[in-house]
Amino acid sequence: MVTKLPKVDVVTIGVGWSAGIIAAELTKKGKKVVGLERGKERKTEDYYMAHDELRYAVRHEMMQDLSKETITFRNNDKMRSLPMRSYGSFLLGVGVGGSGAHWNGQNFRFLPYDFELRSKTIEKYGLDKIPADMTIQDWGITYDEIEPYYDQYEKMAGISGEDNPLGGKRSNPFPTPAMKKTEAMRLFDDTTKRMGYHPYVQPSANLSENYTNPDGISRAACQYCGFCERFGCEYGAKAEPGVTVLPVAQATGNFEVRPHSEVRRILYTNGKATGVLYTDLTTGEEFEQPADVVVLSGYVFTNVRLLLLSGIGRPYDPTTGTGVIGKNYAYQIRKGRATGFFDDHKFNNFAGAGGLGMIIDDFNGDNFDHSDLDFIHGGMIILGQTGQRPIANNQVPSGTKSWGKEFKDASLKYTNASLTVSGEGASMAYKQHFLDLDPVYKDAFGDPLVRITFDFEEQDRQLTKFMAEKCGEILKEMGANHVDVSGDLGPYNVAEYQSTHNTGGVIMGADPETSAVNNYSQMWDVENLFVVGASSFPQNAGYNPTGTVGALSYRAAEGILKYMEKGGSLI
Amino acid sequence: MSEQKKSNAILDKKSSRRTFIKNSGLTVGGVVLGGALGSLLVNDKQNTPTNTNEHSGGTNSNPNVALMYFTPDQYRITEAAAERIFPADENGPGAKELLVAYYIDHQLAGAWGMGSKEYTSGPFFEGADTQGYQGRQNRQQIFQIGLKGIQDQSLKTYEKSFIELSEEEQDAILSEFADGNVELRGTSSAHFFGVLRTATIEGAYADPLYGGNANMEGWKMKNFPGHQMSFVNIIEKEFTVVEPMALNSQHKH
Repeated sequence: MVTKLPKVDVVTIGVGWSAGIIAAELTKKGKKVVGLERGKERKTEDYYMAHDELRYAVRHEMMQDLSKETITFRNNDKMRSLPMRSYGSFLLGVGVGGSGAHWNGQNFRFLPYDFELRSKTIEKYGLDKIPADMTIQDWGITYDEIEPYYDQYEKMAGISGEDNPLGGKRSNPFPTPAMKKTEAMRLFDDTTKRMGYHPYVQPSANLSENYTNPDGISRAACQYCGFCERFGCEYGAKAEPGVTVLPVAQATGNFEVRPHSEVRRILYTNGKATGVLYTDLTTGEEFEQPADVVVLSGYVFTNVRLLLLSGIGRPYDPTTGTGVIGKNYAYQIRKGRATGFFDDHKFNNFAGAGGLGMIIDDFNGDNFDHSDLDFIHGGMIILGQTGQRPIANNQVPSGTKSWGKEFKDASLKYTNASLTVSGEGASMAYKQHFLDLDPVYKDAFGDPLVRITFDFEEQDRQLTKFMAEKCGEILKEMGANHVDVSGDLGPYNVAEYQSTHNTGGVIMGADPETSAVNNYSQMWDVENLFVVGASSFPQNAGYNPTGTVGALSYRAAEGILKYMEKGGSLI
Repeated sequence: MSEQKKSNAILDKKSSRRTFIKNSGLTVGGVVLGGALGSLLVNDKQNTPTNTNEHSGGTNSNPNVALMYFTPDQYRITEAAAERIFPADENGPGAKELLVAYYIDHQLAGAWGMGSKEYTSGPFFEGADTQGYQGRQNRQQIFQIGLKGIQDQSLKTYEKSFIELSEEEQDAILSEFADGNVELRGTSSAHFFGVLRTATIEGAYADPLYGGNANMEGWKMKNFPGHQMSFVNIIEKEFTVVEPMALNSQHKH
């Protein structure tokens, strides 16, 4: 028995950054928006006991309950896919604010090269530079076109930073100055400058000083307590939907969040979405929520899964390379790194902020010549200071036993005397990397789980080796007595935490044949369905994704308003 | 002599009780005396002053020091094994004094022990190394199997209970587990050892509210300040030692 509710202008699936930004922009213009969120409500006061590494970081307090829904994984289509039974390679967000509530606040603009990756690579190096199975695409939007939306997002969030000497042009300076520099950051800064590189302080959503944004929302400055990633911020200093866009939407009186509401299907008739079917998880009741516009904003996995479950769009077929839903799943290449151990130098590694660090982009994008290299792109190189909590951080030099007296002694000696410099490598798309529905494993409702088919390729191995060497050189110059360089990538392992920057599956582009959404995140096949998130990245860049998801969300909000006025395809 | 009278006879004489425990090992002791022996074992341990007692005025006063899940013999094996993984040394206390085995006991009793937030639906297949844990057993069951495995291996190799072995012998048994050389039914010895090692590190460094990291001694060794409101004043400075605080300091009733 499904209860049909009164129609609203817009319904969002999930209430995180994308839905929050869109809800704020639309409700300001008088549109009625309902946000359906399967998780619970949250507020800053909830994080009173947030400095608890075990509860939040190790036991994943704020993450999706895998007993209800997980993903399945295989390295290739010859393998049997099996469920990710406990957390490993990446984390899945849930609850009001989504992953935006527990992110680090590492905030970037992608490089101009990223948006035109395929054409610029061919232009400079020729078509032969791109392997036959590498399915990279241009975004259908250029850096110059997306720049105003980055600007809008950064002002809303109060991003703290300083100019990246090798980044795209900015129309405005950062809304707040760069974060403070720790001793380790100063050492990295001085060293990389001496080496001829171009260091800059990491752009951060942690907030370097008190700030009031254009919506009139005020937030207090970061206290560098060292509990950002996987935690909620008890100060409201870290920009997240709950302390920025959601209160703006709620103040209009036009926005309603319904927590514990899990969308099961997008309803679809005659080429248009008519609303969604959802279950109230507290009672088990089923509801139909009709809407003029449906916003699917579940980052990556939920976006792909709900489209496939609802029979919307053309599913990707890896044998022919046709179809688009599930295509170009990509990730982040994080194993090119080095750790330096200092015999006589300690740092305040326990303190920090999620978005605190120094970066060089000398080996990111096409900022260096790839003519004699066996890979394209690259990644940022970062010395981050996120706060090293004691359960997760027990760095010991290679060859040290992993338990017993030797381990204890070394892990204590180096806990504040080791620094890691790491590459955040871009991840290219391949014909054989994709998302679809698992034929065997089901969620708590009996619906198929999403299945990941993904592995690292030769491009990734070459990139990893290259980045690791660069990281090692920097640490040696920084004066580390012993440097462990980790350049061996191995196969992709879903049990090993690497990055929560999963991308693709509902990609953006200029051509409806090879992409699922246009550059307003509007589906080519269904004009009143907007699919917003990192699902629209045709491949991943050498940076964290949230800044770009934020910019695309502002662009989508503009598109939705245009669509509601005029209808039809926006492109 | 009835079982009851036999028990009383042993309990009457403390020295003979100690001898009995020492000679009989836990399995036999557990069968004969059950829960009564368990509580006596714990009390017996607490009568011996340790650094923990000096700081806290005795673990007897800590109501958290009691068992939610382990049988007494499981507790003793866990305590001994955790101490070898994270031993007392010149840096400071080991797992035993940090009350790590109580931490593990309490964690096993709850969601972590039962895998409540993990995907436990079938079908079950052996996966590739890249696919993560695919077993049927939750951590309670893995500990049941693994702790029995440690005891069996000790009896087989040294004809002694694990807790009676020398440190070197205990290390040798644990190395066999770490390397996956001991055959267990239902889980692998390497997997069990991995869970035990992880839980031991957690128990040394989690907030003391979970029962381990006694008196924040784990944090003190590691120069980790625990819960602090702000590091604004030291974030730009050279290495600074900050006295640790636990979440309890923030929680006003």
